[in-house]
Amino acid sequence: MSLLEMRHIKKHFEDLEVLKDISLTVNEGEVLSIIGPSGSGKSTLLRCATMLEQIDDGDILYMGETAAKSQGGKAEYAKPADLKRIHGYFGLVFQNFNLFPHYSVLKNITDAPIRVQKRKKEEVYEEARALLKKMGLEDKGDAYPYQLSGGQQQRVSIARALAMNPKILFFDEPTSALDPELTAEILKIIKDLAAEKMTMVIVTHEMNFARNVSDHIIFMEQGVIVEEGAPEKLFNSTNRRMREFFGKLSGE
Amino acid sequence: MDMLTQMWDIFLQISRGMGITLEIFFSTLFFSLILGLGLALCRMSKFKPVSILAKIYISIMRGTPLMLQLLVVYFGPYFIFGIRITQSYKLQAVLIGFALNYAAYFAEIYRAGIESISVGQYEAAKLLGYNKFQTFFCIIMPQVIKRIIPPVANETITLVKDTSLAFTLSVAEVFTLTKQLVSAMSSMTPFIVAGIFYYIFNLIVALFFDWLEKKMSYYR
Repeated sequence: MSLLEMRHIKKHFEDLEVLKDISLTVNEGEVLSIIGPSGSGKSTLLRCATMLEQIDDGDILYMGETAAKSQGGKAEYAKPADLKRIHGYFGLVFQNFNLFPHYSVLKNITDAPIRVQKRKKEEVYEEARALLKKMGLEDKGDAYPYQLSGGQQQRVSIARALAMNPKILFFDEPTSALDPELTAEILKIIKDLAAEKMTMVIVTHEMNFARNVSDHIIFMEQGVIVEEGAPEKLFNSTNRRMREFFGKLSGE
Repeated sequence: MDMLTQMWDIFLQISRGMGITLEIFFSTLFFSLILGLGLALCRMSKFKPVSILAKIYISIMRGTPLMLQLLVVYFGPYFIFGIRITQSYKLQAVLIGFALNYAAYFAEIYRAGIESISVGQYEAAKLLGYNKFQTFFCIIMPQVIKRIIPPVANETITLVKDTSLAFTLSVAEVFTLTKQLVSAMSSMTPFIVAGIFYYIFNLIVALFFDWLEKKMSYYR
């Protein structure tokens, strides 16, 4: 079943067209990576998928439920009650974590499930402790975000997103604020999640990682999908622009 | 009579005004901190007329003397509406005038604090399903309060000293009584005693805010 379907997405900021007719599908258990140079629109695409930005035109469907629908050349969003339910289907891990600094690690993870999802406190805390253990942070539950390294903070923010039990998890350049060592920590966790068949969409600059972890890769530039497909197909592409991009990355 | 006992005697006489000084202080803090938050939200409203009105209000309240505002609040009902002013309205006028004035200053402090919170906090809250009310009161405000403690402390210390402006409407607070004593005794000493009183009052206020800042320093 397709968890997320985006069709003919268009988005502009003032007179800059950021997304020009983008379509994509994410199936259950699939990992999709979106790569491309800065300013290609990949982060905007993610922000549109997670409804932090409104699209101008196109359709967005989660689990077959319509979040936005193109009507007469304009996107119409679903009713607030429907959107609220649809919001529960996905989570997002930010580039700069955005943990709540005044909450302890455990409270960061448990507050939304308890306050928003109205789940039982004991059950949520038990799950949060299990998540922390999985992230290798079992002794950090009472720490505050400022006491953690960037890599630890990002692991907490992954745990916070997972605690909501999303069907699909988005990552917006999750390692861009981290040094190589901490980057490896985070990539390992995402790999583990992929092995557990977590459905994920990852915007990243880590090419090798994208190649190893993804089922499907989209290469974007200037608001369009230049090429997409299985990792091997993309990395062996004869597309001139893609060769240039990979060439620059490997320093050739 | 030796100096210290004389000062103590003056202090006892002035202290009859302390109740009212404290009443002005606490009532102003209570009402202007609440009113100021509402005013800050109006000031930041995306609905232009509301934001412009709030801006004008703040501009006037900050741009004219508090003493003048107290007189307007006191005499306004009579000169504008022809309502007869009673003696008991004096203190009420002082309390109203102070709350209206300080709300303007606190509104700008709140606004600075709220606008200093990164948009990422709102986005994280939105993704986790917090509604607007929960986002504001559970995620944003606690961080705002920590950040605005220093400017609020500043304003509160000014308020302690400003309570003396109530003498304009001859409300029997500390400063009014001090001035009466100075006239009656033909001596400067009451001024010195009053100065010590205000200084100690502010020392306590400053200590309180130091303590509050420490208490909130469990996170950064």
